[in-house]
Formats: sequence, structure tokens, C-alpha cells
Amino acid sequence: MSEAPYGRLEQSFRTKRAAGQKLLVPYITGGLPGWEHALRAAVQAGADAVEIGIPFSDPVMDGPVIQEASQRALDAGANPISILQQARDLDVDVPLAVMLYYNTVHHAGHHRFAEQLVAAGICAAIVPDLPLEESGPWCEAADASGIETVMLAAPTAPDERLPRVCARARGFVYSVGLLGVTGERTSLAATATALAARLKAITDVPVLVGVGVSNAEQAREAVQVADGVVQGASVMRRMLEHGPEAVGEYVAEVRAAIDF
Amino acid sequence: MTLMAEPSATGRFGEFGGRFVPETLVPACQELEEAFRDAWADPVFRAELHALLRDYAGRPSILTECKNLGSQLGIRLILKREDLNHTGSHKINNVLGQALLAKRMGKKRIVAETGAGQHGVASATAAALLGLECKVYMGAVDVERQALNVFRMRLLGSEVEAVQSGSRTLKDAVNEAMRDWVATVESTHYCLGSVMGPHPYPWMVREFHRVIGNEAFDQCQNLIGGTPDVVVACVGGGSNAMGIFSGFVDCEGVRLIGVEPAGGAAVGRAVPGVVHGMRSYLMQDEYGQVQEAHSISAGLDYPGIGPEHSYLASIGRAEYPSVTDDEVIAGFQLLARTEGIIPALECAHALAWISREAPNMQGQTVLMNLSGRGDKDVAQMMEILG
Repeated sequence: MSEAPYGRLEQSFRTKRAAGQKLLVPYITGGLPGWEHALRAAVQAGADAVEIGIPFSDPVMDGPVIQEASQRALDAGANPISILQQARDLDVDVPLAVMLYYNTVHHAGHHRFAEQLVAAGICAAIVPDLPLEESGPWCEAADASGIETVMLAAPTAPDERLPRVCARARGFVYSVGLLGVTGERTSLAATATALAARLKAITDVPVLVGVGVSNAEQAREAVQVADGVVQGASVMRRMLEHGPEAVGEYVAEVRAAIDF
Repeated sequence: MTLMAEPSATGRFGEFGGRFVPETLVPACQELEEAFRDAWADPVFRAELHALLRDYAGRPSILTECKNLGSQLGIRLILKREDLNHTGSHKINNVLGQALLAKRMGKKRIVAETGAGQHGVASATAAALLGLECKVYMGAVDVERQALNVFRMRLLGSEVEAVQSGSRTLKDAVNEAMRDWVATVESTHYCLGSVMGPHPYPWMVREFHRVIGNEAFDQCQNLIGGTPDVVVACVGGGSNAMGIFSGFVDCEGVRLIGVEPAGGAAVGRAVPGVVHGMRSYLMQDEYGQVQEAHSISAGLDYPGIGPEHSYLASIGRAEYPSVTDDEVIAGFQLLARTEGIIPALECAHALAWISREAPNMQGQTVLMNLSGRGDKDVAQMMEILG
């Protein structure tokens, strides 16, 4: 590790981890009507950070729930600029990250987009279709602007690859829970804890499991090994079915399950 | 400089290409690249593929000189008859290559996307022949307009899933096939149908179609004693065009023309973007959302284009004009009436350009890749022409 201080997201996670806390990051699709309400409810219910999804026309890492949320947000007129403007006015006291597909960054331009994130008060970015080998230009711009780039690690990665992924990760390492796209499953895949354990053995960057962590019970199982969890489809299904209030209730339920 | 050689180590053709895939798929793309490189250098694999192309697909495909239409247009018009291949299009070249490769890698299952259904039918065919399980993703809109091909795929033992997301056409079928692959990557090979997607696909698929250009070059030597003045093909993702271009790209003075539909002219707008694993010209809005293409032909209904085409366009080696649906309908009928050949609607784009530009090509020899036959489009044309 270099002498450089950690970014706001990673510093916050490291501090909480040192205090024995597990980390909870709900995902909310930006621009979906009611999303700001849902985000504040999630924070109030104990989220340690929130991942704001910037909807994309072709979300290849997302299953039906987040696809639908993205489509509804796009149909409601959402775009990256409008979402970032709304994010700036959220006034919540936890770090915010964006989850977006690479063409959104590519189209805007790396430096320009990184500066737009800074202006909106966003700490970090997760770009699921930007693997390590292609991440150079974005990471350079993000580093220069102080935006933390969360790297994803997949169960298919051979042992030699994981240290390189971790070395490039800022904020946290996103440990992909299973082979597949986002969405709820009836049980936590064995790959989830297996990969988290492999990562924990080689890095001190916080390791959070996401994709396929589908309920409070599975979150509790995941944090036996990992430092925390990302909750996406399970949050968004509740929001699509029952509205923003349901998000707060669910986040509180997961919070209670992982605080043990 | 030799064009259409191997891309760079990062899968680039100039500044186009690359491998923009989720982490989960990176090892699979690396494994595929290695397996293809190994197989392509292996005389046993090459011989096996060659035998299949000859004894099963019916290669080499012939050249047909269109004397009636040629004299009407004032040009010498020659067709490369990929429509006469088994399954009715050029798609079989790539699919037999990838299916053999999948078996060599120990994969038991392939997934494929399809637009018009030609790649889906070819994939289902190769899967039946080589004993692989096969699932084809097809946009719901295309399932409707290409009912015949859907039935053919099912008849061949493949599962066909109608994709309901997004524009419900080819681009969404690609998304869904990629989602399947992310979940099944250990047992499944993604049999991508065009010169697009993450490295090594654009390179590998072009190599599997190189046989079109190699044959056409030799056949032109015999028929016309040299090379044509112009080589024309339709372009969606661009595999048939890459195939025939490969035989002539190093022949100075031979014009290479890739014809796009007016409603799907990725090169015409010249804005690079990243989707489906590659950086290439892409139709997108001011925020980078991928736009829906609109074309009468399901096979060209795609907002992007293979990265090597973007490269050839950017250096000026190939030209990418577009034609309207009305011009395509006219081109479709023109070939049927003058030559007794019903072309696929995709190829009718190339015919539409040739008949529009013929006044500027008087006396020239034009080689067109007739990449598929039109049987699949007859029902749709019945509705349009009444």
C-alpha cells in the first residue's frame, strides 16, 4: 500500500471495519421516480454507503429486476446529468458511489465525467463492463479527480489475477457472488463465500459480496467471511413492487441481520 | 502495411476493438483466444474444418455473372453465391469453425444470438451435426417477422428464446446471450455470429469467413483475369463483408463498399462507443445510450458495426454508404426479375447501392457478396408488396 491516504469511501469502510462493524451497501436505480426518497430511507435504516445506478440501455450484467428499474428510469426521462444533479442535493452523510456501464463514461469523456462525479459529491464508481485490462484510461482520470474506482473480482478469476485486481481497487473490492447477472436466488451460492475468502486472504482492501445476495439471511451468511454486502435486486424488487418506503424497512432488516 | 492481419495484443484494430466485458468473462475470452490461436495453427483442425466446409456446407461457393442485370446497369456484375451454402447463407462458415472449436475446448453447449435467424439456423445446424446442446436468443420482434427460421431452429433441436427486453431485436438478443454466457461460462461457448464482440471474436470470425475472399480472389482470376474494380457487401455487424473484403483488401485500387441500412448507419454517424464488448462506431444519443436501429431487414437491425470495419472506414480503405428501405425493396425485386435469384433482404442492400451507383461505375466490374438467399423474407415481402 502506498502512503497516500485512502479516499472517503475506503477510509470510512476501514474505520468501521476496525470497529468490528459489517458494511452494508444498498443499490438504488437513479432516476426511478422516488429514488431519492428510497435512498434517504436506506441511509436512515443504516446503510454505510449507497450505490446509485445510472441506467443504461444495454445492461449486460443485470437481470430482469434491475433491467426493469433501469428501463422505467429511462422512460421517466432520466439521464446521467439529471441524476448527478439530483445526487448533489441529496444531503446524506454516507459516501455515495455510482454504478454505471462504461459507455456512459466513454461518451462523456473520462476526465469530464470524473469531474462531474466530484461536482455531484460522488466518491466512487463501479463499472462492471470495464475489466482490469481496459481500465487504464478511466482509472487515471478517476485517480486524478480523487474518484475511487471499485474493481470487481469474479469467481472465474485464476489465482494470479486476483492480486492485480485488488491492487487496482479503491473503496472496496466487489466480490461477485456467483456466475451470473444481478438478481435474487433461493440460496447463497457456494462461490460467494469461496471467492470472498480467497480475496480476504490476499488484500486488506474491504471485500464486499454482491450479485446474488438475496435476503437478510444470505447477507448474514456472506459476512461470516466478507467485510460486507451489496444489495441490489432484492432492494429494487421491493421498490418496484411496494415503493420507496419498503426500501427502508428492508435495509433495516438486513442491517439487523449482519450486526451480530 | 498489411491490412486485416492479427489485431494487437489487446485486440485492437487501430483504436477500435478491445475486450470490454464483465470480469467473469475475461478468463473465458482469454481461453478462447488461446484455443483459437492454437487450433488455427493446427493443420489437423484446419483439415477437419476444410472437409466440413466442402462435404457438408458445399464449398467452394460459385461465382455467377449477372449478364441481364449487368447489361441493364452498364456494368459487369458478378455474384459470390454464399446463398448456395448449406443453411442458405455465409453464416455456416463461422459456425462450423466455432462449433469445432467449442468441442476442442470441451464445451458441451453453445448459445447464439440471431437477427434474421440465419446465424441461429446455422448454429442449430452445427450443434445438431456435432452433438452440442444449443440455445438461440432472438428478439421478439424478429421472432415474429422470421417465423420460418424459428421453426427451422426448433426442428433442428435447438431451444429458441424470444427476447422481450429493450428494442426486442438483434442488439437485445446479444445482451441476453451474453447474460446467459456470464452464468454458464464453464460449460458453454458463446457462438457469436458476426465480426463483433470482445477480442478474439472480431478476428476469429473474420478468419473463419476469410474462405469467401480467398475463393473469390482465385475465381475472379479465372473468370475476369484479374481483380474486380469494386467489391460490395451488406453490413450489419459485418461478417460477410469482412469475408469477401479479406480477399481484396491488399489489392490497391479495388474499392471496398460496405452498405448499411439508413436506419442503422453506425459508420455514417462516426461516433465511437462501447457496447457488446467492443469499441466501435455506434448509434447513441447525447448521453451514450445506445439507439435502436431501424431496418426492413432483421439481420442488419443493429446499431453498431464490427470494430475492424470502423478501422477500415477511419483509414479510408473501405466506404460505408447507406440505402433506404424503399431502395432495398426495389433491389430485392430487381435481382429476382432479371436473374431469377431471390436475395436475402440483407443482400438487397448491396444490390440497392449497386443499382443507384451504376451510372458512376459504367464499364466497371463489380463483385457482390450474395451472402444469403431470400426464402426467409418471402412472407414479409408478400405483406409489403401485397
